[in-house]
Order: sequence, then structure tokens, then C-alpha cells
Amino acid sequence: MKAFVCHKGLVAPMDRANVDTDLIIPKQFLKSIKRTGFGPNLFDELRYLDEGQPGQDCSKRPLNPEFPLNFPRYKGASVLLARKNFGCGSSREHAPWALDDYGFRAIIAPSFADIFFNNCFKNGLLPIVLDEAVVDQLFREMYAQEGYELTIDLEKQQVVKPDGDVIGFEVDAFRKHCLLNGLDDIGLTLEDAEDIRAYEAKRREQAPWLFDAVK
Amino acid sequence: MAGQTLYDKLWQDHLVKSREDGTALIYIDRHLIHEVTSPQAFEGLRLAGRKPWRKDSLVATPDHNVPSDATERAAGVEGIRDEIARIQVQTLDENCRHFDVVQFGINHPGQGIVHVVGPETGATLPGMTVVCGDSHTSTHGALGALAHGIGTSEVEHVMATQCLIQRKMKNMLVRVDGKLGAGVTAKDVVLAIIGKIGTAGGTGYAIEFGGEVIRAMSMEGRMTICNMAIEAGARAGMVAVDQVTLDYVKGKPYAPKGELWDKAVENWRRLHSDDDAVFDAVVELRGEDIEPQVSWGTSPEMVAPVGARVPDPAEEADATKRAGIERALEYMGLSAGQKIADIKLDRVFIGSCTNSRIEDLRAAAAVAKGRHKADSVKQVLVVPGSQAVKAQAEKEGLHEIFTRAGFEWREPSCSMCLAMNADKLNPGEHCASTSNRNFEGRQGYGGRTHLVSPGMAAAAAIAGHFVDVREFVTQAETA
Repeated sequence: MKAFVCHKGLVAPMDRANVDTDLIIPKQFLKSIKRTGFGPNLFDELRYLDEGQPGQDCSKRPLNPEFPLNFPRYKGASVLLARKNFGCGSSREHAPWALDDYGFRAIIAPSFADIFFNNCFKNGLLPIVLDEAVVDQLFREMYAQEGYELTIDLEKQQVVKPDGDVIGFEVDAFRKHCLLNGLDDIGLTLEDAEDIRAYEAKRREQAPWLFDAVK
Repeated sequence: MAGQTLYDKLWQDHLVKSREDGTALIYIDRHLIHEVTSPQAFEGLRLAGRKPWRKDSLVATPDHNVPSDATERAAGVEGIRDEIARIQVQTLDENCRHFDVVQFGINHPGQGIVHVVGPETGATLPGMTVVCGDSHTSTHGALGALAHGIGTSEVEHVMATQCLIQRKMKNMLVRVDGKLGAGVTAKDVVLAIIGKIGTAGGTGYAIEFGGEVIRAMSMEGRMTICNMAIEAGARAGMVAVDQVTLDYVKGKPYAPKGELWDKAVENWRRLHSDDDAVFDAVVELRGEDIEPQVSWGTSPEMVAPVGARVPDPAEEADATKRAGIERALEYMGLSAGQKIADIKLDRVFIGSCTNSRIEDLRAAAAVAKGRHKADSVKQVLVVPGSQAVKAQAEKEGLHEIFTRAGFEWREPSCSMCLAMNADKLNPGEHCASTSNRNFEGRQGYGGRTHLVSPGMAAAAAIAGHFVDVREFVTQAETA
């Protein structure tokens, strides 16, 4: 997994609550058997004026001029500023894959849906929860100032604003460790293989019906 | 010390190891697999030279992408016309062969929507931990299991280690006491719950559904409720084990038999929250207060009783919410204050992991019997949740009731719930749907979804607009 240590990047808005994973990456793109290439279809139904199809050359499609990510001022954005309950809906990991493939490294919102939040960490994408009032303020500053950038320091757990103001954020210690070091958590879990085997042996005694293979 | 909740017990039973950093390794008993969220996980295993830790915990079946059209379906995997979908289903076949995983293939008698197949075969049992790369895995919690959806990285993690890295969630009890009125179903109950607590109301919680209404409900009804726990933001929903659960599980193909059954039952009888268990949050509803629900917006919390009107955003004080309502009304092509009953339908979809079990089809058939869909309704799809449900419905003659009513009887698949196969809405079309999500574009680009119960969907198909299934049945019955 790609490590996340410190990142400075242009901020772009997704200014609506309850952005669901269908909106982040519509279902027709879930037929791919790959993990990559979803970036051009991120927010497909909002970003383009036509209906997207898998395998299409998106550079020829009509862009929705009213969608912020299409504004020249947000070109190259890598920090997404969002509203409450971002990423609700399905468990599709294609959502963080699409955000990552587009170039986002971090998402700031007052709250996230659980599965999406978890999926982000598995893909080197950092979701940051900040108080709603703080997010409101960031939205105001971002709209007011073209080229608005934020520095996100995971080690220090800080978001640093252009004026130097520092906002602290919480992050789970294990997830922080994995993200800072770009660790594969399967490898980490397999270090506990003995514990898993011991549990399994005990459980097989107590509840043998759980181990009957479906044939 | 306070007693344990059902979730506490399930967590404790599956705890392999608590780590110093507050995370825990939780053992997974059953891992269900479908074609959409597994290919990248299998690829990950291959690239790392890993094998499934316990392949007999895996059960696969294709559901999202398979055609519901009988002719296309009869030709099997090779006959899937959409090439990208075909490759994905073929990839599942190949992966199951390569890793020797049990699969109920496209036209196997065990095939169906994973969340219908698991309980009906006994592949999911009370007391299990169940995962699947699909958010509606919460469905299986109806059996007194700890079940939730995971992303593809976690699918790979569970395949490779049989465990999930988790932090314990908080406990929420949603208690529905009293009695439901005639014509009011599990779907109406869960939509009313989501309407009350919101789509993020359950975030961070495992929700236990309890109370007299849940106790009196069939397993099918409980599955409908737990299925939509995720629509309230909770990864896991669950219901305590009782006699209804045991009667349902007994005799299922993969349920324990003989002495093992007795031993299992003894273990399962403890799967309920203790009387003195403490919940972090409690939400209460009265069954008598719940009316048939219809969603009017683009989030499952945007629901109203069928007799109500579409809300007026001007009356909403919160700016973000107001903007959400305005955007939803614009997308849905509805006006503030419009009567729900005046919403006209273009299509109707009866199916999905929420409402495609035999009881759901019986409820829809009871309304459709001897009647015909309105001419203005272009299409009514009835898509059974599994081959077993389809066979049972045909044995009961339900398919004939549907076809006589002008409804189309289809093959088991996720179908128009998420429109990955050919079943989809056209831009601007309104659909009465028994599925679980009314997100923008969910059932097709520009499509407009209204979530309802199976009886309400059938009634809307007949009337051509929303109608209170209770009046509809009474009127027509007495006419």
C-alpha cells in the first residue's frame, strides 16, 4: 500500500451531505476486474452531461460546466472537502479506488460512513473527521481564496491552513501506523497465525457445526 | 457487572486477540462471495502467493451481473451479452475452480442473491460471524449472527487470514413494541426507523432490533429489517435467537443435524441480550404508529407515509438539509407539497436482497391476484431472490398470478436494484421499487426510485400511482 506521511495539496469542494458511493462511482464501472482506471469516472453522473459507459474515452465526453471539479481553479486538486456522512451506501472499494486514481490523497468531512471510511485506509487515502463548524469555515475560506491549499501532516495529526493555523485531528493508532509505513495488514495479521490456529482449535471443540463445509 | 448485549456475546465468541492499540482480531465463520467485489481480492491472493486460510468457509454465487431474462439466462455464462459482465462472471468461475471454492454457478439450483442464498441453505447460521463484499450482508444478522459488509481489501484479508481487524462498535437497541396494522410490513417498519434516525443515525453502532413487533415477525421480515440496517448507517443489524429462528433454520441443507443440532440449539439459546444489558443508545417506535411508507427523495431517510405529502424545503431550518431536499425534489421531478398518492409510476420492481423472498412474493401476489397492471405502467418486473424461491413460487402458482396481471416473471438476480444487468430505468422514469436504495442513478441513469414494500409496489403497479395498499385491498375485495 502507498504510504501517507505528509501531503500539501489544492482543496476542492463536494458541497453536499450524504454523498453515496453510487454517486462516487456508478455501478456500470463495477464490472471491471481491475483496481485501477476508475479516476476518469469519479462522480461520473455529476461530472459529465452524458451517461458514461465502461471503456469509453472520457476526454471526448461533454463536461458539466457547473460541477466544481470541472472548474479550472480546482484542476489538480488532491484534498477533497466534503459534508456529513460522506461515502454512505455500498461497500464498493471502487469508491476509494476512483478517488485515489483521480489524484485525491485526503478527504475532510464532518463524518463518514463506516465501510467507506475503513476502505480508504486500505488504499493510502486519508479520511479526516473535523467538527462541522471547522469544516464550514474551511469551505468559506476555500471558496474565498483561489488556489487554497492545505497541508496534512499525519505524523503530527495536523491540518495546516495557508495562514499557518493548525487544526488537530484524531486517527486510530493502528491505521496511522499502517498508513505512515504503507503496510500490508494481511502480513501483519499473519504474524498472529498461531493465535488464530489456537482459537480455531478451541472453537472447533465448542461449536463443531461451524466447521462443516458447504458441499 | 451489567449483562451483555447480543452483540457483546457474538463479539466475545469470535475474539481471537485484543491488541494493545485497541484493535482486535475477530474470527470469521462464513464468507460469502459474488462476482463484483471478489476479482481484485483473488488477484491479490495470487500475486502474494497466498491461499484461502479455510476454503470451506467460502461460498460463492454470481448475482449482481447475471441476466434476469430467461432466454439470455438459459445460455449460461457464455450467453451473457454484456461482454464486461460476462468476463466478470467467468472470472468468478475461474477463481472458484483455481482456489477450489464451492460455487452455486449461474444456473445451479442453489444460485441466487448471496443474502437470500446464505440463510435459505443454512450456509449462514445463528451465532456465526458472516462477511461478504457487499454492504447488505447485515441481512444475515436476522438469524442472530454478527454479519456485515466489507470492502475488497478486507475480502482478501479474510480469505488470507480468516480474520478481520476490528474495533468494537457501540450498541444500539431499536425497539418496536405494540402491533403492526394490517398491510403494514417489515419494509415499512425499517423505512420508518431510517426516517426517524437518519442515514447516519446508526454510524458506529451495531443495531439490535427488538420489541414485540420484531418478535412477532417472520424470519423473512427480520431479514428485510436487518438488510437495511446499513441504510441507517450501521454495518451490522441483528435480532435475538428465538423459536422463530430455530424453526426456520431446522432442516436447512447445511444446518447441523441429529446430536449436533441439539448441541447447536443449546448454544444458540443464549444468543439474546441479557435483561440487564446496557445499550449506548435506545430508539423506540410503536407499531401502531407505522403506516405504509414511500420514499420521495434520493436518500432512504427521505420517506413519508403513503397518505402524506412531499415536504416543502422552505419549512426546513437546517441549511444543508434544506439544500438536500431541494436537490432531491429537482432530481425526482416532484414539487413541494405534492401528494405522494399523485406520483405516477413508469415501472415497478419487485425483488432485491431486501424483498425477494417467498413471503415477499406472496404479499405481492395477494394484491396482483385477479387484477392487471395499469396501461400507463410500462413494465413490472418480479425477480425472485434465488432459484429456490423461484421454484417455491412456481409450485404455489405465484408466477401465473403475476403473468396474468401483466407482470414479468424473471430469473434470480440483483436485477434492477442496482441495474448492473440489463434491467434499468430510463432517465426521468419513476419506479416503485422493493429494493433498498433510492440514490441518484441507482436504478439507471436519471432514474427515480421510490422505496416501498412488495404489497405497495404491486398496488402501485395496478393503480398506476401510489395507493395505500390497505384501502386498495379492502375496496377491491369488497367491490
